[in-house]
Amino acid sequence: MREYLLGNAAIARGLLEAGVGLVAGYPGTPSSEIIENVVSLKSELPLHVEWSVNEKVALEVAAGACWTGRRAAATMKHVGLNVAADPFMTLAYLGVGAGLVVICADDPYCHSSQNEQDSRRYAQFAGIPCLDPENPQEAKEMTIFAFELSEKFNIPVMLRPTTRVSHAREDVEVGQAEQSAGKGRFVKDPARRVALPIHARPLHHELLAKQASIEEELEKAPWNSIELKGDTGIIASGIAGLYAKEAVIELDEDLSLLCIGTYPLPRKMIRRMLEHVRRVMIIEELEPVVEEQVRMIAREVNPQVEILGKDAAIPREGELDYLRVKDAVAKMIGKPVSREPADLPMAILPPRPPSLCPGCSHRATYYAMRKVFGKKAIYPSDIGCYTMAVGMGTVDTCLCMGASITLASGIAFGGEKEGICCSLGDSTFLHGGMTGLLNAAYNKAKITVTILDNSTTAMTGHQPNPATGMTATGEKTTAVSIEGLARALGAGMVETVDPYRLEETMESFKRARDYPGLSVIIARQPCVIKARRGGVRPKTFQVGEECIGCKLCLDYDCPAIEFENDKARINALCSGCGVCVAICSSSAIKEVTK
Amino acid sequence: MRTSECDLVIVGVGGQGVILISDVLGRAAVLAGKPVCGAETHGMAQRGGSVINHTRIGCRFSPMVAAGGADVLVALEPAEALRFAQFLSPAGVALVNTRPVLPSTVTSGRAKYPSIEEILAPLKAHSCRVIALDATALAQAAGTAQAMNVVMLGALSRYIPISEELILQALAQVVPSRFLEINRKAFFLGKAEVE
Repeated sequence: MREYLLGNAAIARGLLEAGVGLVAGYPGTPSSEIIENVVSLKSELPLHVEWSVNEKVALEVAAGACWTGRRAAATMKHVGLNVAADPFMTLAYLGVGAGLVVICADDPYCHSSQNEQDSRRYAQFAGIPCLDPENPQEAKEMTIFAFELSEKFNIPVMLRPTTRVSHAREDVEVGQAEQSAGKGRFVKDPARRVALPIHARPLHHELLAKQASIEEELEKAPWNSIELKGDTGIIASGIAGLYAKEAVIELDEDLSLLCIGTYPLPRKMIRRMLEHVRRVMIIEELEPVVEEQVRMIAREVNPQVEILGKDAAIPREGELDYLRVKDAVAKMIGKPVSREPADLPMAILPPRPPSLCPGCSHRATYYAMRKVFGKKAIYPSDIGCYTMAVGMGTVDTCLCMGASITLASGIAFGGEKEGICCSLGDSTFLHGGMTGLLNAAYNKAKITVTILDNSTTAMTGHQPNPATGMTATGEKTTAVSIEGLARALGAGMVETVDPYRLEETMESFKRARDYPGLSVIIARQPCVIKARRGGVRPKTFQVGEECIGCKLCLDYDCPAIEFENDKARINALCSGCGVCVAICSSSAIKEVTK
Repeated sequence: MRTSECDLVIVGVGGQGVILISDVLGRAAVLAGKPVCGAETHGMAQRGGSVINHTRIGCRFSPMVAAGGADVLVALEPAEALRFAQFLSPAGVALVNTRPVLPSTVTSGRAKYPSIEEILAPLKAHSCRVIALDATALAQAAGTAQAMNVVMLGALSRYIPISEELILQALAQVVPSRFLEINRKAFFLGKAEVE
């Protein structure tokens, strides 16, 4: 049966068809829908699926489960692998029980990320095989294959979809979900489970020794294909292979083509290509992982071959697309490239950047924060919807999950004399902020930490977190108290406010600003999207005759406030938060009572 | 040689229902036994930003439509039609909902929203057919402004190589059954508008 599936839904199907026993992950675009789809497909299958507190936790939980003999997977975005790098590197030594698959979704072009690092480098670094799918169907099949490979060579395997695979859709052939097999018993084996130096040394040797047999196995895998024709060739990896296949058809030329989907690379195939051609273009997104290997092999096989890659028309940053690939190939073979893009008057268009929703409580919190701390204060921020408030002047930094608190501490210890008020969301705090808060308390940082608690992980699609009292599958669980955590981690002042109550929030920020130690403000108001879905009926507001056109309300930057004929007007986007009532200097904004 | 039977680019503002249109088309293509692929916008850009969706019917290659390659550009918002017009083939058709959604850069007075004529004129110069319709008004006539995307789907149904019967069958898979009647009405109003 074929279904029109999102790449991430296809991967979820692959997990179920492989009889996975546990899936753990932390949300992050473009990976989030994998776990969401596993949740909606699992029904009565005996399968543990969880949103973990962060990616390191997810990978460790998955490793533990695979050591009981159940197939397990951890899902994350590329930068999540930085958080999980510690277990990732050493798991390559220790090996698996049943198969262990690390699904790490890369984001070339930073569509929704802070960098565009290439996870193939991580796999190479760790000595872990990596599968690089070109489309959803292949991503599904590779998921199943990854478990088999992992078990055969006693090593974790990485599946590395990119945004254009995870968020592509395709008609995918789907099969039957399998029950998780495996005993569910941990077998004691200290030589392979305890990474003492005396165990690690032989395990490192073993890891290096098995690389050749993994490569030999992958050489036979269906994810690598070679077609030798003319003396000009293309070697392309992952989705670039799909673009290259389309380009070869469109250009209607006699080109040799090697498409690669596995790492370690199929070096025998690369040798055959290099022996056959006079020149070859290496087409891959981001890092020259394939290109470096090809250049090394060429030195042995055919030093005369001309190799084009990152120094030609294939950029090392951003994502590729079909036209870019076709034009690079056309240029190489001396064919005309595509015509110039149409000349359209783009300058007349107003920018439409993503922005905080009307009624978003982060806007209210930041407004109050800025009023109290002032323009000169330093505002380290973090990763979440609130990063979009950069235009409000309260987002001075965004580095990685939880770094707001630690950067704020360092800025304070560095000698900054202005006030320092940092901010991060509830999910981000629980993911990577808690250790930073503990450190700030321990080392006596005089900063204010604002936890923007909208009681969900909003940016990635409203996943629950440990403070919401709900698991990934919708079961009730302990709702961890953020106030309790903040106190336990050593904050001297902890206050909770409702950011919709502007004056009270400002009073609270004043107390935090003047507090002689580490203060924490928890600004709690449910995400407006989630509240609406939950059936919260918005209040209605309108601007009365009293409006003097002072534009003070425009400073709030809410998409629901417009200016028309020098008067403010509230448009249909209003979600009824009522914060603007407190901002208006002439009491012109009033609730409409029906 | 053509590598796709029909290339579509569907654009709008996050929350307008761009993905529903491609989901219906993809399912309908599967019902018709045609290969189909596409690419979506998720994550940060969804929050009130511009969104673009690529759908390629009868295609097994790149999930994205090439610039200048779209047979049909479906715009749920007029400014977004122009923003993504470079995807449209000069031989293609643009279907444009004329009801603007003002971005915050405009409501706050930092930028100006062009007139519909200023948007449509360069589109008309660029491609051979531009069809403008007030899909939001038609959706309201069908029963709810929310069905604007389905009005546009109805208009689009005239230009794609999949039968109306299969599109409606796929629509029924996607829309909750209690809203199906309104959506069917919206579909036929959109279709009639371009006849």
